[in-house]
Amino acid sequence: MSTLSRDEVAKLAGLARIEMTEEELVELSSQFGTILDAVARVQELNLDGVKATSHPQPLENIARPDVVLPSLSPADALSGAPAQEEQRFRVPQILGEE
Amino acid sequence: MIFKTAAEMATSLANKEVSSVELTQSHLDRITAVDGDVKAFLHVDKEGALAQAAAVDANRAAGKSLSPLAGIPLALKDVLAQKGVPTTAGSKILQGWKPPYDSTVVSKLKDAGVVILGKTNMDEFAMGSSTENSGYGPTFNPWDLTRTPGGSSGGSAAAVSAFEAPLAIGSDTGGSIRQPAALTGIVGVRPTYGAVSRFGLIAYSSSLDQAGPFGRTVLDTAMLHEIIAGHDVKDATSINASVPSVVAAAKSGDVKGMKIGVIKQLQGEGYQKGVQTRFTESLDLLASLGAEIVEVDCPSFEFALAAYYLIAPSECSSNLARFDAMRYGLRTGDEGGASAEAVMAATRDAGFGREVKRRIILGTYALSSGYYDAYYGSAQKIRTLIIEDYKKAFAAADVLVSPTAPTTAYKIGEKVDDPMAMYLGDVATIPVNLAGICGMSLPAGLADEDNLPVGFQIMAPAMQDQRLYQAGAALEAALSSKWGGTLITKAPALKGGAN
Repeated sequence: MSTLSRDEVAKLAGLARIEMTEEELVELSSQFGTILDAVARVQELNLDGVKATSHPQPLENIARPDVVLPSLSPADALSGAPAQEEQRFRVPQILGEE
Repeated sequence: MIFKTAAEMATSLANKEVSSVELTQSHLDRITAVDGDVKAFLHVDKEGALAQAAAVDANRAAGKSLSPLAGIPLALKDVLAQKGVPTTAGSKILQGWKPPYDSTVVSKLKDAGVVILGKTNMDEFAMGSSTENSGYGPTFNPWDLTRTPGGSSGGSAAAVSAFEAPLAIGSDTGGSIRQPAALTGIVGVRPTYGAVSRFGLIAYSSSLDQAGPFGRTVLDTAMLHEIIAGHDVKDATSINASVPSVVAAAKSGDVKGMKIGVIKQLQGEGYQKGVQTRFTESLDLLASLGAEIVEVDCPSFEFALAAYYLIAPSECSSNLARFDAMRYGLRTGDEGGASAEAVMAATRDAGFGREVKRRIILGTYALSSGYYDAYYGSAQKIRTLIIEDYKKAFAAADVLVSPTAPTTAYKIGEKVDDPMAMYLGDVATIPVNLAGICGMSLPAGLADEDNLPVGFQIMAPAMQDQRLYQAGAALEAALSSKWGGTLITKAPALKGGAN
């Protein structure tokens, strides 16, 4: 039976930038055992020498001619902004006071 | 008129027996009458729809050449951006957001004169199989309002099943078109990965996501498929090839000599008795029409569910990082000099529902150093084995078949606290997504034990989507002649509107 402790969930939530209540951390921790047991089945097979598939199609880089095409106007690009100032996105403080 | 097929409506429009404005108004009236109970729509764009309809009517009056579906109303899953119309993906984090652009699917619908009635409910960011994970409350199955319509495209499926729209668009990452189609007694197709542009489709798991059509008949679904498919320079994974002739295939519906492979691993234990019975009957019908039934072995499918629930959450944990409270969408906790990081974390807590958080955390875990090879790396290798299983199976058969879902529609609330039980419902649909091929679900009848719709799944190789329609049309015709009409015409009447 796999487990993921409350503290491990809290660490992952921090990495994923999701604040979580104590109740949520405990609930997720209690559900993770069953989920991890189920997904850990991928380790049951001997996968030596099997290639990994990241995508169903062969992918290659596609470049377009370097010409200017119509794009969003500044007003459109800012239309969903939670806050804006002087035609820019206004964001909360990203550096400390120092 | 609303109880007709889209093809019949198109004929009536072309013969000027009805106008698009009248047809659109009839559907808006139906929505007013029944959607209080069904709750298929998150947003009804009455003015926009009537304006689109009036424009088509004007073009028709002027004798302009129109697409086959011009003037036909449609319901759009809220995962696709539509300029100026609220688009939430079922999430509180996007409440009130109005995209400044159209997704390619929407552009194609508009170019074809298809009338977009509104945006339909869904599991938040398409994560779920019952539409109960919507941030705006569940959608109810028109066959039995105490049950879920499936998901994640449950709103779109319910809208078509409740005659609120003859056609709808959904998206299918692990079965989210086929499973709700099965549970609501209609037709749904997940096209080949890359056949329909993902530009403007809000991403859940980019290597698995694909938008596709819903209809009440195979032909209606094919007509919509042809309109939305095609290469798009705005999507680098879009396939640069001509669209398979799915409408012609739906009209031919001939399975004489077609080899139909039954996947051994996708039946039997875990499948409800009534589901299995209807599936077997449909197989017998196909055989009686001249198809050759063979059994195929896909041993790796046993591990598909596990691989999917690592790959999809991993990709989602990365894709959903864009919801950071900075450029659009919800922002909370931005007071008293809170840092950007604190605002981000508070917003993502307030804006995301439980299932979305669960999958982001699972994906973050599966991708973290120390676990990456064991989980995500192994899942990617299983994906290779599944592709190889399909290759072998398609060497022996033209199409492959299985029940679409192991059970019929379950009660609202029945599985919502047991994520693993919910995930198991995707067992038969997930392999298609992992391999990037195409799949259809069409009605196979009602299960004896609960009188609820059962779905029959058909799978075909990449860019052979026409085979789905060819086999699907044959089965539909045989079943309809047995029942005296398609299954959906047998659905119980909803309060507020006689069927």
